[in-house]
Amino acid sequence: MTKIEEFIDGVLKGDRRSIAKTITLIENNLPEAQKALSLLYPHTGGAHIIGVTGPTGSGKSTLIHRLVAELRKRGKKVGVVAVDPTSPFSGGAFLGDRVRMQELSTDEGVFIRSMATRNTPGGVARATKDAVKVLDASGKEVVIVEAVGAGQSEVEIMKIAQTIVVVLAPGLGDDIQAIKAGLMEIGDIFVVNKADRENVNKAVVDIEAMLDMNPEKEKWRSPVVTTTAIAGEGIIELLDKIDEHRKYLEAGAIEIRRRERIETELVEVIKEKVAESIVEDLKRKGQLDEVVRKILSRETDPYSAADMLLAKRLKGFKTR
Amino acid sequence: MSSERRIRVLVAKPGLDSHDRGAKVIARAFRDAGMEVIYTGLRQTPEQVVETALQEDVDVIALSILSGAHLALFPRIMELLKQRGLNDVLVFAGGIIPKEDVPHLKEIGIAEVFGPGTRTETLVKFIQENMRKGK
Repeated sequence: MTKIEEFIDGVLKGDRRSIAKTITLIENNLPEAQKALSLLYPHTGGAHIIGVTGPTGSGKSTLIHRLVAELRKRGKKVGVVAVDPTSPFSGGAFLGDRVRMQELSTDEGVFIRSMATRNTPGGVARATKDAVKVLDASGKEVVIVEAVGAGQSEVEIMKIAQTIVVVLAPGLGDDIQAIKAGLMEIGDIFVVNKADRENVNKAVVDIEAMLDMNPEKEKWRSPVVTTTAIAGEGIIELLDKIDEHRKYLEAGAIEIRRRERIETELVEVIKEKVAESIVEDLKRKGQLDEVVRKILSRETDPYSAADMLLAKRLKGFKTR
Repeated sequence: MSSERRIRVLVAKPGLDSHDRGAKVIARAFRDAGMEVIYTGLRQTPEQVVETALQEDVDVIALSILSGAHLALFPRIMELLKQRGLNDVLVFAGGIIPKEDVPHLKEIGIAEVFGPGTRTETLVKFIQENMRKGK
């Protein structure tokens, strides 16, 4: 067996070292990454993938810790991918989500991986989707992705998760009304955490009001759950809602969403491959500098330059 | 599709230290040097340290200890690392560790021991040089 086949074999058996090494391989886009993903793909699709997002300070990590503990009581195997932002200046990252999940490290039925966004926009890393696939293929029944809710578009989490949980907390400095519309639209379940604080009821009412205003795209009306994660309250209710959503998805909605997700993913992969191969070709032939120079001196513009380059390389290619 | 490879460092506090100011300072310094730093908080058992290093597939473990329990905890950590097949990880230590204990620690596989007042630049360079060498 090649090294890759050994890793994949290990992943399918749930071997932690294999899982860790395979995720690294994929995250760093090493040459065998694609082969690894192709080998794993047929074994994915079994896990329920939950995305947890929301503003910083709402208690996502603590909440996830409690969710995992409860899932473990129910005998489920769980994977967690915790994403934190990469510093745009240094390229480094402080990945501290595990602090809230300390004793889970030695639980055989839990695998936790911290990832940096590496400047992918949208609160998750480009490789997060693939890390989830590895955990899925390794037999985890639930995979939780903790996304960065740092105020950009949270659309990326939708490409990965089946059930999206938006975690808010009262008194975070902005009124619920100020929460971006995008966040309100992607939540399948809303959680008001830190429910021991003041203004909890107001927060719940505000969220319900905003949900009332959203046009009903599907038959699922997002419930609002209150929790106090640090005390372990509201966790069972939340898990029940998550489970309800999973049943709702399995009754039909899941196919539509899955199809959309797969189409989006395919388009992205195509874009990346095309761009990369063309740019590499340009660099190899020493043509990139020349084109850039022409754009700098305004002899041409980026759009015409791209058309010209693509027309040469993609026979019969017509652009808008 | 190129994703830059980053050095992944686990900053771990085994034992019963009551504060982690120093550990957090170096964690931030490593982040500012472009590394991805996993920090797991206070009161880690050797099992937790090694399990975290395994799941996170780290390149480096920086052990921070103030309580004097290094002679009890470090050998256990090194043994567990070996058991789990983590033979390529660079391990070094810092905090309050008496000079006379250093040779023994080096014998069991701790690459270097840094005392209080070590500049963060020294630590960053140490890691970068060892990564370059391919450990």
